[in-house]
Amino acid sequence: MTERTLRGKVAIAGIGESLYYKRGKSPTPEFKLAVQAILAAAEDAGIDVRQIDGFASFADERSMPVRLAAALGLTELRFCNLAWDGGGGGGAAALGNAAAAVAAGIADCVVVYRSITSGAFRRGAGLAGNPTISGDRVTWYPHGMISPAQMFAMKVNRFMRDHGIGSAALRAIAMASYHHAQMNPRAVMYGKPLTEEAYEASRLIVEPFHRLFDCCMENDGASALIVVPAEWVKNLRQKPVYVLAAAQGTGYREAARSHNAPLYASAGFTSLAPRLYETAGVKPTDIDTVQIYENFTGGVLMALVEHGFFKAEDANEFLTLENLVAPGGKLPFNTSGGNLAECYMHGVGLQIEAVRQLRGHSTAQVPNAKLALMASGPMVAPTSDLIVGTAETL
Amino acid sequence: MTYLAEGLPVPVAEDDGLDAPYWDGARQRRLMIQRCSKCGTFQWGPEWLCHSCLSFEIDWVEIEPTGRIYSWERVWHPTHPALKEQGPYLVILVELPHAGNVRMIGNLLGDPLQAVQIGSAVTADFEDHKREDRAYTLVQWRLAKS
Repeated sequence: MTERTLRGKVAIAGIGESLYYKRGKSPTPEFKLAVQAILAAAEDAGIDVRQIDGFASFADERSMPVRLAAALGLTELRFCNLAWDGGGGGGAAALGNAAAAVAAGIADCVVVYRSITSGAFRRGAGLAGNPTISGDRVTWYPHGMISPAQMFAMKVNRFMRDHGIGSAALRAIAMASYHHAQMNPRAVMYGKPLTEEAYEASRLIVEPFHRLFDCCMENDGASALIVVPAEWVKNLRQKPVYVLAAAQGTGYREAARSHNAPLYASAGFTSLAPRLYETAGVKPTDIDTVQIYENFTGGVLMALVEHGFFKAEDANEFLTLENLVAPGGKLPFNTSGGNLAECYMHGVGLQIEAVRQLRGHSTAQVPNAKLALMASGPMVAPTSDLIVGTAETL
Repeated sequence: MTYLAEGLPVPVAEDDGLDAPYWDGARQRRLMIQRCSKCGTFQWGPEWLCHSCLSFEIDWVEIEPTGRIYSWERVWHPTHPALKEQGPYLVILVELPHAGNVRMIGNLLGDPLQAVQIGSAVTADFEDHKREDRAYTLVQWRLAKS
């Protein structure tokens, strides 16, 4: 029996993006953005778009695979997949599911994608028009715990108090994202640097730890990656990037209702990270760059700890701007600007940046980057994880 | 007067009745939590079976309405239109030692700018929302008198 792992079996052949916009500013409808990103990814890969035979996305995606397949004139659609729930937590899971389908021979050329026009679909308006609510949210919504910032700050506060972590650690995360966005002309915050003073002067969103710049943006845009069998790489236009491991899910009762997860002050990676590293056959110290979903900086802090990059007790010391930026930092983080400062593509932009780093094409390149870790989620359930590597890491 | 401005969606029990005993209890100023009649495990939020022993024999029991603050937050940016003029408010996660340390979200009544400490003892305060239809009671919390 062959080893049941994805390691080295599939490659990310192409990456594509629409233009990125502030929320509500896209002149292009959502579905058209999705198609633009997919066509760009096929062009990047050097693949005829008609070779695409599958689609994988995650919670709340509106551009349906069957419509995409018809619109693009695909010969055959062999795989449609949506990772359940968890908001952005399913991003790396979507790529993992695409990789699993390709490795198993269910499909040959699967697109992983996200398209969003958050303004047009009134994302964030929540339940404002609803006269009643019920279900799990009934236990928090009537107390004014409504937005993601409000749902997650409770975890962050507990974690930071438990480990004596100060807000400067979160500031370093926000500043690293903005620092990298200044080198990235695609970034919505390109040309808008963030200073320590501006961070400290920004308004509080949820006390004690989350200011405006600790929160991701809301944007319009679309991003796509194309996953193919490893055997295809000799015919591809770009340097191949291989999937070494993908993990998704939760630990014990992490999604227990009404904030009753036994391990509450967590980003949700304690069960995933060990099996991710084991499958990939690498250690945290081997990783050249991390691309971590930042809905809020507090989630990044916990995610970095749970992936073994430093101990919670060392967070104040480790999380400095200098340590987090390319090219020379100890752990170059979100080198495109990410969800905070490039575009909130619900983490798919971070997967694309991981690929760019391993191709050597990032606007904030880490010298000779061979291994990148991408994490989707923090603080939601389920979460998901991905390690990608260059040919020499196989 | 209620802690938060009126106008948020009205909480109603699920159509299948899963959480109805909690809301009925709150209206009578009783804090009701699920407890497995087989193994004694407390459970919140409610579910149809015990997560520990998988028994479907679950009771609702009244527990002493005191707890301690497990975590807290002060919201400065409200997202619902009804809270636009609210100003900052406190949300706390309360651990209930009389119910196996299950946790419950509520508001900490009193000055919204008060200093809050993890671990502080709190006591439930039942907040009636009087309405012509769908009247309901929220379980809120106050710092316990030391």
